[in-house]
Amino acid sequence: MSWIDIGALEDVPLRGTRLVKTKLGCIGLFRTGEAEVFAASNTCPHKGGPLNEGIVHGRRVTCPLHNMVFDLETGAAQGADEGRIETFPVRIEAGRILLDVTALARSAA
Amino acid sequence: MQKLVVIGAGMASGRVLEHLFEADPDAYEVTLFNAEPRGNYNRIMLSPVLSGEKSYGEIVTHDDTWYGRNDVTCRFGEKVVAVDRARKVVIGENGEVPYDKLVFGTGSSAFIIPCPGHDLPGVVAFRDLEDTSAMTEASARPGAKAVVIGGGLLGLEAAAALRLRGMEVTVLHLMGHLMERQLDEAAGYLLRKDLERRGITVMTQASTKEIRGQGRVEQVVLEDGTVLEADIVVMAVGIRPQVQLAKEAGLAVGRAIQVDAQMRTSDPDVFAVGECVEFEGHLFGLVAPLYDQAKVLAKTLLDEEETFAVKELSTKLKVTGCDLFSAGDFAEGDSREDIVFRDPARGVYKRLVLEDDRLVGAVMYGDTADGNWFFSLIKDGTDVSGMRDTLIFGPAYQGGASADPLSAVAALPDDAEICGCNGVCKGTIVAAIEGGAGDLPSLRAKTKASASCGTCTGLVEQLLAVTLGDGYAAPAAQPVCGCCDLTHEEVRRLIRAKELKSQPAVWQELGWKTVNGCHVCRPAVNFYLLADWPLEYRDDPQSRFVNERNHANIQKDGTYSVMPRMWGGMTDANELRAIADAAEKYGAAVKVTGGQRIDLLGIRKEDLPAIWSDLNDAGMVSGHAYSKGLRTVKTCVGSDWCRFGTQDSTGLGIRLEKRLWGSWTPHKVKLGVSGCPRNCAEATCKDIGIVCVDSGYQIGVGGAAGMDVKEVERLAEAATEAEAIDLVVAFVQLYRENAKYLDRPYRWIAKVGLDWVKAQVLDPEVRAGLIARFDISQSVYQHDPWADHVQTRRAAYAPLADLSLEAAE
Ligand code: SRM
Ligand SMILES: Cc1cc2nc3c(=O)[nH]c(=O)nc-3n(C[C@H](O)[C@H](O)[C@H](O)COP(=O)(O)OP(=O)(O)OC[C@H]3O[C@@H](n4cnc5c(N)ncnc54)[C@H](O)[C@@H]3O)c2cc1C
Ligand code: SF4
Ligand code: FES
Repeated sequence: MSWIDIGALEDVPLRGTRLVKTKLGCIGLFRTGEAEVFAASNTCPHKGGPLNEGIVHGRRVTCPLHNMVFDLETGAAQGADEGRIETFPVRIEAGRILLDVTALARSAA
Repeated sequence: MQKLVVIGAGMASGRVLEHLFEADPDAYEVTLFNAEPRGNYNRIMLSPVLSGEKSYGEIVTHDDTWYGRNDVTCRFGEKVVAVDRARKVVIGENGEVPYDKLVFGTGSSAFIIPCPGHDLPGVVAFRDLEDTSAMTEASARPGAKAVVIGGGLLGLEAAAALRLRGMEVTVLHLMGHLMERQLDEAAGYLLRKDLERRGITVMTQASTKEIRGQGRVEQVVLEDGTVLEADIVVMAVGIRPQVQLAKEAGLAVGRAIQVDAQMRTSDPDVFAVGECVEFEGHLFGLVAPLYDQAKVLAKTLLDEEETFAVKELSTKLKVTGCDLFSAGDFAEGDSREDIVFRDPARGVYKRLVLEDDRLVGAVMYGDTADGNWFFSLIKDGTDVSGMRDTLIFGPAYQGGASADPLSAVAALPDDAEICGCNGVCKGTIVAAIEGGAGDLPSLRAKTKASASCGTCTGLVEQLLAVTLGDGYAAPAAQPVCGCCDLTHEEVRRLIRAKELKSQPAVWQELGWKTVNGCHVCRPAVNFYLLADWPLEYRDDPQSRFVNERNHANIQKDGTYSVMPRMWGGMTDANELRAIADAAEKYGAAVKVTGGQRIDLLGIRKEDLPAIWSDLNDAGMVSGHAYSKGLRTVKTCVGSDWCRFGTQDSTGLGIRLEKRLWGSWTPHKVKLGVSGCPRNCAEATCKDIGIVCVDSGYQIGVGGAAGMDVKEVERLAEAATEAEAIDLVVAFVQLYRENAKYLDRPYRWIAKVGLDWVKAQVLDPEVRAGLIARFDISQSVYQHDPWADHVQTRRAAYAPLADLSLEAAE
């Protein structure tokens, strides 16, 4: 694993989101709790809606364009919808958000 | 005999010595240093000492007799200033002592925010007996005021104790809710309510700027300018391990003194125990793990094999009457699931966090009786898949009984109170059902159960289901969403009746079934709260649809449209030039809208603050083309130019727009003002439309020209412009206070009836009240969000990080 420091936890508001740009497209950071952040592909598989602009509730996010709901832990679309977003390992250490970029390097190779 | 020197007579080292002497009283000759002028005592009981419930004498753990019996050389009140490991001596303020083995038990010190004035007399921590005495002294003066900085465990115990001593206490907490490390928002809300009931003032998101005073604290000043009077300031914002001495002695120190699982430091003859220790990256702040460490260290000192391991922790608050329990872990990890239980009537909240069929975390407030049972499930990693459905009801419902959640209701005794408002017991309700009351309305009529505040409706329905079995069909009233059982109207009514002023309060008191709502209910609840409590509630951007959060309309390709306000459709060369410049600079497409203004389309999110700032510079503000709020006021040229114009329709439109802009409403609100009945501003199909006539102003409401086309109905006629404006403002406020979220005015009027609306708005007293409340709300919400965001939130519009390069490696 190779963890990269992305920024401070407090830079992401509670139940808010921030964006991380990568070569392979954008990753959304979703802060679901005081000390809980998930990372997932930011692009909705339906019509490419930017998930970082969605409303975060529980451990889920609702796409702002047409309301598909994704589970941030598994990436799976909820309810009757089908689809999945890729999720990435992320952890919090001493108030910093660390993202594992091995998956990115792997898919880039 | 070997010589053992211990630095610090704290809770951890005290335990080490107990275990050591018990196992082998003759192994070591012990010298015990302590910077405090006393021996070991039970530090955690300083809280009851502060409140006066206990005396210092009662919390001493080791007295002179004990030290004497074990031949401990006590050097209390003497600080160790250095350790010379080469010569193996400890250097105290009053001289040296040689050692064979050395133990650091130096604990932590309180962290003091280094704000101006932090060193004034009267600013204290809450760590030792000296602090406690300083606070007790300050509380002796009648009417004395305390400000406690920090709403964690320590701060709240101090606050509750000082309140018991009769002080006026304010708690300042930086985060959004109290004890955020141990509690989620709902439990934090209940805790706050309990504390407020005791007369403690709680301020969250309160950041201390400075402490002022002439030779002694007098005031605390917050970042937002609030000034609080204070006779004493207690800082309880965190602790720092005391590691200076160990560092200077050359031991390996990270965030604290690094030890292995035998509590050995980087020097094989030197050990450390307690809060000054770092083990595998963990720090410690509660006594349970310190006691484990003490056991291990005693063994290590006697050359016996033992290893320390980090375990799950649980927390309780030592404030009588505040029943809270928190254990395990709410953060990190995959595939987690929540089970939430709320009993608003009793103020109970329970939340369990499951992962892979095991319980990993539990928070409870109000009823913590099952806390230890849950804690043991967490510690043992018990597989709970078999009892998942009834788990939250506790051990009483496990084993054999059916796993149907209804069984919890079925199992309630007959005298269990169901409806708190009307004091109706289960037995009464069941008897009524068996007597023929087969649905909610008839049950309400007969027993009054759930007829008042309505929060027990769910329970009453469950009783119907249990009693009637398949014979009961649940009513079809549409709840807000799957998160709750209440309709929009009920939620609005209860927010007011129960004075609910925060989202966690709504979730808890109205029995939300999810942890924090969903994309359907959150925007609605956010609106209801800000409409009803403009001064108390703070708008929550995270509960808003993207357009309202980013103050621009999102487009299908993820770019945004930007639309500045053009008051009443009037503009000038300066504004047009600025719009043209912006269009060029940011590569926007330009569209003249159906609302008499200009739309700049295709703006990248990163550019939003910049384009807003440019438009602001030319005197323009947000047009709120994205909001459930006031949109446009469409006007015609009116008496200014038109040969038929009867009144100044353009001027009235501008004045109305200037009065109403910035307000949030249940759905969007559009106005039109036409100068004569030819109606070029299409006022007759707007939410509010005014048609000017010779004798004055005809005010119509409830028009529409979108999915439905509707002509306005006449609300009233006004003789003067001022009266017309008053009627419009009153109507908008009535709509804000009563409509269901996402009902345009015409839908709302269809529900409540135009006659009722007229009766309200035309009654002079009611109208004055509506206008006054609208103006209060505008004092908070009428400001340009673009300018605000340019100033304070600019960074949030850019990505947090750009890894395009890293990922390519
Ligand atoms: C820009 C504009 C069209 C134009 O190019 O002229 C427009 C654009 C949109 N309208 Fe509209 N409406 C525009 C005037 C209208 C009008 C005409 C008017 O206001 O005079 C109507 C009919 C009048 C009415 O509201 O009753 C209108 C009725 C709607 C509706 C249906 C509302 C209804 O309750 O029936 C929606 C959907 C909704 O709000 O849920 C809608 C929604 C939208 C949205 C916000 C759709 C969306 O959610 O993304 C469009 C945003 C486009 C974008 O990407 O920026 N728009 N929309 C007009 C902006 C006016 C302005 O200056 O603010
Ligand atoms: C008011 C209060 C309430 C608490 N409530 C709880 C609770 O409910 N539950 C819970 O689990 N925990 C609670 N705690 C935390 C708990 O008290 C600590 O975790 C525990 O006391 C730490 O023990 P320790 O031995 O590591 O350090 P300490 O008990 O702090 O002892 C360290 C000692 O070392 C001395 N010392 C430091 N440097 C030197 C030096 N250079 N020379 C000589 N002496 C030195 C210090 O003076 C101090 O007396 C509470 C703490 C406080 C202050
Ligand atoms: S009518 Fe309105 S909502 Fe429909 S496409 Fe045109 S702008 Fe968009
Ligand atoms: S693009 Fe996300 S739901 Fe359509």
